[in-house]
Amino acid sequence: MPSLCLYFQVHQPCRLRRYSFFDVGHVHDYEDEAENHRILDRVAQKCYLPANALLLKLIEEQQGKFRVAFSLSGVVLDQIERRRPDVLESFRRLAATGCVEFLNETDSHSLAFLFSPREFRAQVLLHRKRIRTLFGKDGRTFRHTELIYSNDLAKAVDKLGYAVILAEGTEKILGRRSPNQVYHPVGCGKLKLLLRNYRLSDDVAFRFSEAAWSEHPLTAEKYAHWLHRIGGEAAVVNLFMDYETFGEHQWRETGIFEFLSALPGEILRHPDFFFQTPAEVAASHDPAGKIDCPGFISWADAERDMTAWLGNAMQQDAARSLYGLESAVRRRKDEGIFKTWRMLQTSDHFYYMCTKWFSDGDVHRYFNPFESPYEAYINYMNILDDLSQSLKQKKECIHDRDAQTLPL
Amino acid sequence: MFGWEFPPRMSGGLGTACFGMTKALAGLGHRITFVLPHAGETSAAPFLVLVSASGISLSGTDPEEGETELLRRLTVHPLPALLSPYLSADRYRDLFLSGEGRFRDTAAVYGPDLIAEVTRYGRAAGAVARRLSFEIIHAHDWMTAPAALLARRISGKPFILHVHSLEYDRSGENVNHQILEIEREGLGKADRIIAVSHRTKRMIVERYGIPQEKISVIYNAVTRAEAQRVYRVERKGDRKMVLFLGRITFQKGPDYFVEAAARVLQVLPDVTFVMAGAGNMMGQMIERVGELGIGNRFHFTGFLQGEEIERIFSMSDLYVMPSVSEPFGISPLEAMMYDVPVILSRQSGVAEILKHALKVDFWDVREMAAKIIAVLKHPVLAGEMAEKAREELLKIRWETAAELIAEIYREAAASAPAP
Repeated sequence: MPSLCLYFQVHQPCRLRRYSFFDVGHVHDYEDEAENHRILDRVAQKCYLPANALLLKLIEEQQGKFRVAFSLSGVVLDQIERRRPDVLESFRRLAATGCVEFLNETDSHSLAFLFSPREFRAQVLLHRKRIRTLFGKDGRTFRHTELIYSNDLAKAVDKLGYAVILAEGTEKILGRRSPNQVYHPVGCGKLKLLLRNYRLSDDVAFRFSEAAWSEHPLTAEKYAHWLHRIGGEAAVVNLFMDYETFGEHQWRETGIFEFLSALPGEILRHPDFFFQTPAEVAASHDPAGKIDCPGFISWADAERDMTAWLGNAMQQDAARSLYGLESAVRRRKDEGIFKTWRMLQTSDHFYYMCTKWFSDGDVHRYFNPFESPYEAYINYMNILDDLSQSLKQKKECIHDRDAQTLPL
Repeated sequence: MFGWEFPPRMSGGLGTACFGMTKALAGLGHRITFVLPHAGETSAAPFLVLVSASGISLSGTDPEEGETELLRRLTVHPLPALLSPYLSADRYRDLFLSGEGRFRDTAAVYGPDLIAEVTRYGRAAGAVARRLSFEIIHAHDWMTAPAALLARRISGKPFILHVHSLEYDRSGENVNHQILEIEREGLGKADRIIAVSHRTKRMIVERYGIPQEKISVIYNAVTRAEAQRVYRVERKGDRKMVLFLGRITFQKGPDYFVEAAARVLQVLPDVTFVMAGAGNMMGQMIERVGELGIGNRFHFTGFLQGEEIERIFSMSDLYVMPSVSEPFGISPLEAMMYDVPVILSRQSGVAEILKHALKVDFWDVREMAAKIIAVLKHPVLAGEMAEKAREELLKIRWETAAELIAEIYREAAASAPAP
C-alpha cells in the first residue's frame, strides 16, 4: 500500500543592492528592497496565490484524502509578513484544513551547520517557534537548506527532537536500493529518513514543459499511471519540489495548474494509493534499512553535493569571512546588526558566486541577479567589509560613552 | 587575401588577426596568396626570406610540425607601400615627410597623402590579380578595399570584406570623410561582409545602411604560442601591477585608465600602473599623470614588440582594456594566456564572448576603479578568474573561425555570377 508524500519548498532570498567599494564606510543598508518587492509580488501573483487556492480546493474536494507539506523559509516569511498578509492568510487557510504539514528548517535558509553549530541550533529553534506561532503546530519534520544532508546533520536534528528528516535519494547513499522506502540514519535514535525520488520529482519540476522530452506532454493520467506501476515494491514515493514549479518555473501556459488539479483524482483512482505528509509517513512505516552518509549531499545540480555553494575559492573565502564575524556580532548585542548578519547567511548569496555553471550558460543563470559570479563575490565582500567596519566602529563609541558616565 | 604584417610584431590588432586566421585557413587546406604592403628596405628582408626558402617557420623559431606543410600553401606578395593598420592621415604625412620610405630601386614615389597612397596601392595590389588564379578575394579593413574592388573587376571573383574596425571606432564622431567614403564604398560593393563582433555588425547596419543579411559575425581568436612562452610568470607578491597595453589613442580610452588609476591609488597607494604602447595621446597622458601627482606610480614603456609583450604580461597582476569603441579586442585574450585576469570595456566585441572577465562601461571611472581594487584586494578572485579564463580560452580557436570563414567562401563562390 504505497503512500504518496508531496512536499513543496517555499523560499525567496533577500537580494542585495549593488554595493560598490566606495560605499564602504558610508552606506549601511544592503538590501535591494525595490527588487525584492517586485519579485515577491510577481511570485505571489503567478504562484503562491493561485497554487494555494487550487490546493485548498483540491483538499476540500478530496475530503481529507489529499494531503501535502510545505516548508517556508524564515527569509520568505519575513517578506510575506511584511508585505503580503494575503499570502500569509492563504497559507493559514491551508493549515486550518488539518491536511497540511509545515516543516522546519534553518530560519535563514543557511549553511550555518557547516560553520557554527551554535548558530545552526539557534536558527532551527527560531524557525520552529515561528512556525508554531503562525500555524499552530510544532514541527515534526526537518529539512535542511537545499536538502543538504550528512550523518552529522542527522544526529544534530535527532537531538533537537525531530521525528523525520528529508534528503535527496541519490545513488551515492542508496547504492542499489530504492528511494521509495523509509530509512533510518546511522547513529540516530528515533529519527527516520525520507528520500526524494528525484526522477519523478524532476519530471514535473524540470521536464514538464520541455518539448524535446520523450514524455512530453505530461498529463496527470500518464504520471499517475507511472506511480501506480511502482506500486507493490514501494512503501512511499517522495515527491519533493520547489513550490514555484507551479506558475513560475513552469508558466501557467504550460498547463501545470491543470496537471496539478487533475493529479490527486488520477492518483486516488487506484484504491491502494493514498497521500500522507512526511510526519504521517514516518509514524506509519518502519525503516527498511540504514543510510550511511559520511559526506554532504544535496539536491543541487547534477553533482548533488556542496559545490554549488562552496565549490570555489571565492565562495569559501566569503563564507569563512562571514562566519568569522560571529563573535563580534554576538558581542555587539545589536538586533539590527544581528538580523543583517543572519540575512547575509542565506545560501543564495553563495550560489550566485558559483562558477561551474557559468561556462555552460546553464538555466541557473535565470536566477542570478548579478552579471557574473565575480560581481556577486565582489558585491558581497564589499558589504562584509562595511559590516565588519561597523562592528569595529561602534565599539569605540560605546567606550567613549562609558568613559563619559564614569564618576570623576 | 589582402592583408597586413606577416608575421605580426605587435599585440592584438589587424596583423595578429590576419596571421592567426591565415594559418588556420591554410591548415584546412586552402591555398592563400597573401598580398601586403611593406615599406623600406629593412622590413623587406624577412618577407623575402619567408618566400624564398620553405622550411623557415612562420613564427620565427624552428618550424613546428605541420608548419612546413602550411608554408607550401602560402604565397606572400609584398608590395611597396607606406601603409600599416590604423594609420591616420596625420601620421601618414609624418612618415611621408620623414623620408622613412622611399623606393630604393625605382623612381616611383609613395602617394603624397594617405588617400592617395591607398588609391595607388589599390591599383598596384589589385593588378596582382591579373597574374594569379583564385576563387575568392578576402580583404581586411578599408585600406584594402580599393585593391579588392580592382581585383574583382579583373577576375570576376567574389569580394569578401572583413571588418576589424570602422572609422567611427577609430575616430568617434570626428571622422575623416574621405576615409569614410572609401569604407562605405567597400562595404556597399562587397559581395559579403565579415564582422568581428555583433557590435561591429550593428554599426555597419545602422551607420552605413548595409542590409544585415550581407553580414556574418565571426569572432577573432588568439594564437597559441606555447612554444614561445619564454617567460614564466614573474609576479611577486608585494607590488601589484596593472597593465594597459594598446595604442595610446582616443579609441582605446587611455584617459579613463589614468583617471581610474588615480582613484585606486587613493585607496591602495602601493600599486604600479603601466601604459604600454605609443600613440597620439601619449603626451597628453604623461601630462595628466603629472597633474594628478601619480607620476611615481606610473610607467610609460613606449611601443613594445615581440618578446617584450610577453614579458610585460607575465609581470602583470591585472589587464585593463578601457576601450571607447572596440570592434573585437584580441589583447585581453593574450593576457588571459598569461593567467592575467582582465577587466573589459562593455563597449567591445570581445566582451560578447568572454564570461570570465569583469566588465565595465568605459566612462564609469568609479566602477572601473572599484573593480581594479577588488581584483587586487582579493587574490581568490584573481585566481578564480584566471583559472576559469584559461579554460574558456581553450574554446576560442582560429580553427573555429577558419571553418566559419570557409563556409562563407563556399556560399560566395556558389552564388557568384558566371564570368
